[in-house]
Amino acid sequence: MKFIRDGLDKVKPHFEKGGKWEKFYYIYEAHDTLLFAPKDTTHATGAQIKDAIDMKRLMMTVIISMIPCLLFGIWNVGHQHFLALGQDASFLEIIKIGSIQVLPIVVVSYGVGLGVEFAFTIFRKHPVNEGFLVSGMLIPLVMPATVPLWQVALATVFAVIIAKEAFGGTGMNVLNVALTARAFLYFAYPSQISGEVWTYLGDGVQAVSGFSGATPLALGAEAVANGTNMMSAINSFGAGWADNVYSFSNMFFGFMPGSIGETSTLMCLIGAFILIVTGAGSWKIIFSVFAGAFGMGLLMNGIAANGFMEMPAHYHLVIGGLAFGAVFMATDPVTAAQTETGKWIYGFLIGILTVIIRVLNPAYPEGIMLAILFMNVFAPLIDYYVVKANKKRRLQRATV
Amino acid sequence: MSKTIKLKKGFDINLVGEAGKKLAEVVQPETFALKPTDFPGMQMPKLLINEGDDVKAGSPIFYDKKNDQVMFTAPVSGEIVEVKRGAKRKILEIKILADKEISYESFDQYSVSDVNNLTREQLQEQMLKSGVWPQITQRPFGVIADQDDTPKAIFVSAFDSNPLAPDYDFIFKGKEKEFQAGLDVLTKFTSGLVHVNINGQGEVSQLFSHAKNVQVNKISGPHPAGNVGVQIHHIDPINKGDVAWTVTPFGVIQIGTLFLEGKYDASTTIAVAGSEVANPQYYATYQGACINKFVEGNLNSDHVRYISGNVLTGEKIEKDGYLGYAHNMITVIPEGDYYEMFGWIKPTTNKLSFQRAFGLLANTKKKFKVDTNEHGEPRAFVQTGVFEKVMPMDVLPTHLLKAILAEDFDEMEALGIYEVIEEDLALCEYVDVSKHNIQKIVREGLSLIQYS
Repeated sequence: MKFIRDGLDKVKPHFEKGGKWEKFYYIYEAHDTLLFAPKDTTHATGAQIKDAIDMKRLMMTVIISMIPCLLFGIWNVGHQHFLALGQDASFLEIIKIGSIQVLPIVVVSYGVGLGVEFAFTIFRKHPVNEGFLVSGMLIPLVMPATVPLWQVALATVFAVIIAKEAFGGTGMNVLNVALTARAFLYFAYPSQISGEVWTYLGDGVQAVSGFSGATPLALGAEAVANGTNMMSAINSFGAGWADNVYSFSNMFFGFMPGSIGETSTLMCLIGAFILIVTGAGSWKIIFSVFAGAFGMGLLMNGIAANGFMEMPAHYHLVIGGLAFGAVFMATDPVTAAQTETGKWIYGFLIGILTVIIRVLNPAYPEGIMLAILFMNVFAPLIDYYVVKANKKRRLQRATV
Repeated sequence: MSKTIKLKKGFDINLVGEAGKKLAEVVQPETFALKPTDFPGMQMPKLLINEGDDVKAGSPIFYDKKNDQVMFTAPVSGEIVEVKRGAKRKILEIKILADKEISYESFDQYSVSDVNNLTREQLQEQMLKSGVWPQITQRPFGVIADQDDTPKAIFVSAFDSNPLAPDYDFIFKGKEKEFQAGLDVLTKFTSGLVHVNINGQGEVSQLFSHAKNVQVNKISGPHPAGNVGVQIHHIDPINKGDVAWTVTPFGVIQIGTLFLEGKYDASTTIAVAGSEVANPQYYATYQGACINKFVEGNLNSDHVRYISGNVLTGEKIEKDGYLGYAHNMITVIPEGDYYEMFGWIKPTTNKLSFQRAFGLLANTKKKFKVDTNEHGEPRAFVQTGVFEKVMPMDVLPTHLLKAILAEDFDEMEALGIYEVIEEDLALCEYVDVSKHNIQKIVREGLSLIQYS
């Protein structure tokens, strides 16, 4: 591998100060450091040795934890496609349809996002941040398989520029980048990201008779609006073409329509396991989001004014994107609360708000996206009070 | 009331090359040096000697313009061979070519019982002029104590939990009398107590555990349990306006020797350790020794870094560099200036990491050979929660560091800058995924507050 290193060393002077491609130094640096961990050594004073971890490894760990969700998502897109058409298909056919739908979204998200990142490293003269590697994977996973690619591109550009670079790049952003992309589409192009968009059917094909693309959340909204019995709607849903598609176990495993990566609670839990074991994600946040949602679900059960409120609390944990949001979005260290006590409060409030938005606000069928964005904004406030308590302890000590 | 404190947070960095408990016979280095840069807060050193002058051990070499009472004195007798200066004629090193037989400047000598009858003024006068005063460090700020202060307490940490740190029981063996005399002297300076903090794990030499007229506290836990700042935080924390002093056991013994024997005794036992030292062991020498005699022909490889002090708080020096004033060891580890293909993601079992991100599979309980590679590039603060795991104090490191970077004085104060010095956050610097120079940032914050 020495010839690659030699090649890099040979072109390096052109990118350094005074070289002809000086402007592109950070783009060169990004590629160099991707191939080779740099040879920089510790400073003459201060810690003479450093931990083997670096930002690239940390971010890569998060991406690895999302792979189960991605793979399952590819399969599930194909599975839902054939289910809706009423056809039997082999595993390979399912994967093929899924890949054709999903991979272009991933490619567009990464391509466009990294393009914007590179442009900013040139204009703003800062190193390429590894943060987008995670956002670039998160964006496809929270899109419906049917989303037009140009919308993915537009949303990515919007999110990277407005949610991140405007604040100074990774580490300074207030809002979760991937969720900003989704929220952008949600409000700018609602017809492509809400309603019955979750199942990819294909052009010129006829769905099986009795097919409906409604998600459990949509059934819930209907129960609130029309006073129908939600649980019986869920249990009888899909009769004739996909019996028991919304049984609890089916929803836990994720064999249901939804955004590409979020349907399977099991895969999210595998991701959570990886994040927690590697220390890349906070178990406090993940646990408290689930606990908050479950607790609020129980409270709703207690009120039980309509069909959605009567839905057993544990259903809240498997329907919609709650698990995915709790594991991958809420744990984003930059936009979450940064104090350890704050993380508990932050997580609980996300869980509680999600259920409130779901059940009490039929205009927005899914609450997790808005709940996380809302709490992103409030995280500094939570931290403010946690830090204030720390200061107060110090002051009180002085007077005794 | 003696206290027992058990700490849970922190991280023991286990490295190969621990010094074996034997004292090596070695020819003494030819030169010794005093470095004004070793003293944080030094304003402007004023020289009292010229090149070519002969000095005795304990002869004044320079003083700080800020406080002309505190003398910095020669560790050995001999001839001043060079005053090395840097940019703007800043004094870097004052080198002394040592005599074969050390002769001492004579100071007043007392018996053990007489020491107890001396007043603070008498003690102070001798301590200031003899050169032992700089052993007393003031908290907050970690600078040399002001002789006009009366601290609320004085703290002595009787163990060093840093990586490869020397074993105090071994290096101070047989110094019971001097240690006790030093403690007796220090009790005259405080309105409160003198605290001796001993390691709560394992056997501790009676030298420390049977110290009299002081409060002996037991501290246990991983590093930084041995850091005096952490101990103070749990025993008698420093609030705004408080002044506490800290002295190392070496300093206490030096003070005791000054009064019992009437001489400035800079003799010390240092550990020479690290993975690249062929024969890691202890050496008897004097403060400020040139390290060449200890490392020459004693190395496993050529491309190494010489560190005066330990790997967390030490300083890079040259092969013919000098031991820092407060340092009790030399560490030699491999220099890490190499590229590693896909080194940022390759799974590995032989890279030490506190964190457990993908591919970092090493068992941190075993001993590691660690080099000086940065392992990454500087980034903004991203990861949260990890500093808190290595900081056994009720201080929020990230918020404190951000307050310093923003030069927000009120925030720094409220977040506890008075309680920390560089070494207390050294582990944060080690574990930081964003590779900030945290100890440097802490010193900047301390200077901002101190001179505001």
